[in-house]
Amino acid sequence: MRVSTIPFLHIVLGLAVITLAALSMSVGAESIDVLTSISRIFSDSNDVGAVIMREVRLPRTLIAIIAGATLGLCGAAMQGLLRNPLASPGLVGSASGAALGAVTILYFGAGVFHPQSVPVAGMLGSLLATAIVYLLAGRDSNVTTLILAGVAVNAMATAGMSLLLNFAPSPFAVRELVLWTLGDLSDRSLSDVWMMLPCTLIGWCLLIGVGRQLDALTLGERTAQSLGIHHGRLRWRVFIAVSLAVGASVATTGMIGFIGLVVPHLLRPFVGYEPRRLLWVSALGGSAMLLAADIGVRLIPTPTAMKVGVLTSIVGAPFFLHLILRSRRDGYR
Amino acid sequence: MVTDSQASVPEQLLVADSVRVQRGKRVLLDEINVEVSPNELVGLIGPNGAGKSTLLSTLAGLNTPDAGCVLLKNKPIDDYTPSQRAQQLGWMEQLSAAHWPVSVRHLVMLGRIPYLSRWQSPSDKDHELVHDIMKATDCLTLQDQSVTTLSGGELTRVMLARTLASEPSVLLADEPTAALDIGHQLQTMDLLRAFCTYDRACVVVLHDLSLAARYCDRIYLLNDSHMIASGVPMAVLNTDNIRSVYGVEISVQNGEIPSLVPLRRTQ
Repeated sequence: MRVSTIPFLHIVLGLAVITLAALSMSVGAESIDVLTSISRIFSDSNDVGAVIMREVRLPRTLIAIIAGATLGLCGAAMQGLLRNPLASPGLVGSASGAALGAVTILYFGAGVFHPQSVPVAGMLGSLLATAIVYLLAGRDSNVTTLILAGVAVNAMATAGMSLLLNFAPSPFAVRELVLWTLGDLSDRSLSDVWMMLPCTLIGWCLLIGVGRQLDALTLGERTAQSLGIHHGRLRWRVFIAVSLAVGASVATTGMIGFIGLVVPHLLRPFVGYEPRRLLWVSALGGSAMLLAADIGVRLIPTPTAMKVGVLTSIVGAPFFLHLILRSRRDGYR
Repeated sequence: MVTDSQASVPEQLLVADSVRVQRGKRVLLDEINVEVSPNELVGLIGPNGAGKSTLLSTLAGLNTPDAGCVLLKNKPIDDYTPSQRAQQLGWMEQLSAAHWPVSVRHLVMLGRIPYLSRWQSPSDKDHELVHDIMKATDCLTLQDQSVTTLSGGELTRVMLARTLASEPSVLLADEPTAALDIGHQLQTMDLLRAFCTYDRACVVVLHDLSLAARYCDRIYLLNDSHMIASGVPMAVLNTDNIRSVYGVEISVQNGEIPSLVPLRRTQ
């Protein structure tokens, strides 16, 4: 009975992603209907519409799909690994580390001359932050220590960013840095897509095949170990995967909160709460949600363009609160 | 023919040979020898903090001893891959619970993990086996329920079914009767007893001395990380041993169903 719901869920979410991607291609200052827009991407014509499609909306849509999938997938993996519905990629410092790395590069102006240095710095920052969390928490420590280490590293990353803002040479630089941290998909080009893609793909590939081990962790670390699961190795693998994928994503989009937290949580009941089945469903769900949010910021009439990270936070934060209240009531860990 | 069967069923399924386990400077187990033969239900008893759980997880290959070794079917346990080990040794954690509200059927199926390669889904045979095990452990009616809705007795049965689904040769159960009412205690012990047939055996940590005396073939008595006594239940559970280890006077009633009643503390 439940077995048949998985492909069905995949199909529904897949269709949602395709529909939203098509919508994302057609929504904007210049209204172009979906079919012509898609045909124009592949044409050689250089009229305004085709250029808008190729240079503006296609990269934006692709980045939303990739970054959304990364956040959803990594959220599901982290929650499975830590056996905690409140875990997210941001928790272990991957996101804030990436932001600090990217902001540092922006601060010193290297981003202007070497645009590719921003995502690279993001990934390095992400890896570094994750490694520090891992070292702080120790090899065999429990989930609480890990979360505390994550909080500490997040605080350090925030402090670092504050320091850079403090010493920013001009109000314009401050504005640039702050806006960058808000999380945004506009003004991205196809070269940004190529830049983020390798690391995100490596991260995704590392998460292929961890599903069964995450399933075993449902029984706790010791029992999973008794079932032949090498927990230390699994933890390393998920950590590296998350910091590569999230690092590359955040370096391209800035911080987009709550998708990694909310999407797996919403989809969990539909896959019988099984961590393995949740992984790739969450990737699709993440894509759909980020596409929807990005369409939302373009449709909501605001005086200046709203950043997509702001929208996800405004919607996500109350949801997070609701989650905490409910998990307290249900009492499941 | 005789040599064949001797080769397939080793004399000792699981052996701990002079095992010593330390955490920092603290010695948790010292010079421990345990032998588990096919067909045996072996009890592990002793006061809180004696090292029973440590011994059980060492036997399960989850701790590496600092000295001595654990032999599984005459081979050092480290020579097995984790999956091979998991196919031979079932470990049932004390008061284990599931971290996600998955269905009972899914939880029991987790016991098949040691047999599945990374990309393999459970086959029809796996499903059949899990079905049979749930039937034998009286879990069939629960199979579509979420594990978080189960009562203590139901959860113990489901966890036992999960452990049995790995088809282990040796089942290591850490206080499976803790927090169970007397009816479920007897049911759990009956299931463990039924498991120990042909070439299989079970090591069970117990606090209830009467249950231990009633069900176990042999008993190991641990105290303060040392092995105090071992042998048939009524030889180990004599008033002198219990007084020196637990500091409690007991009255022993021998009979078809032995009972050991604590009377008073001696200190």
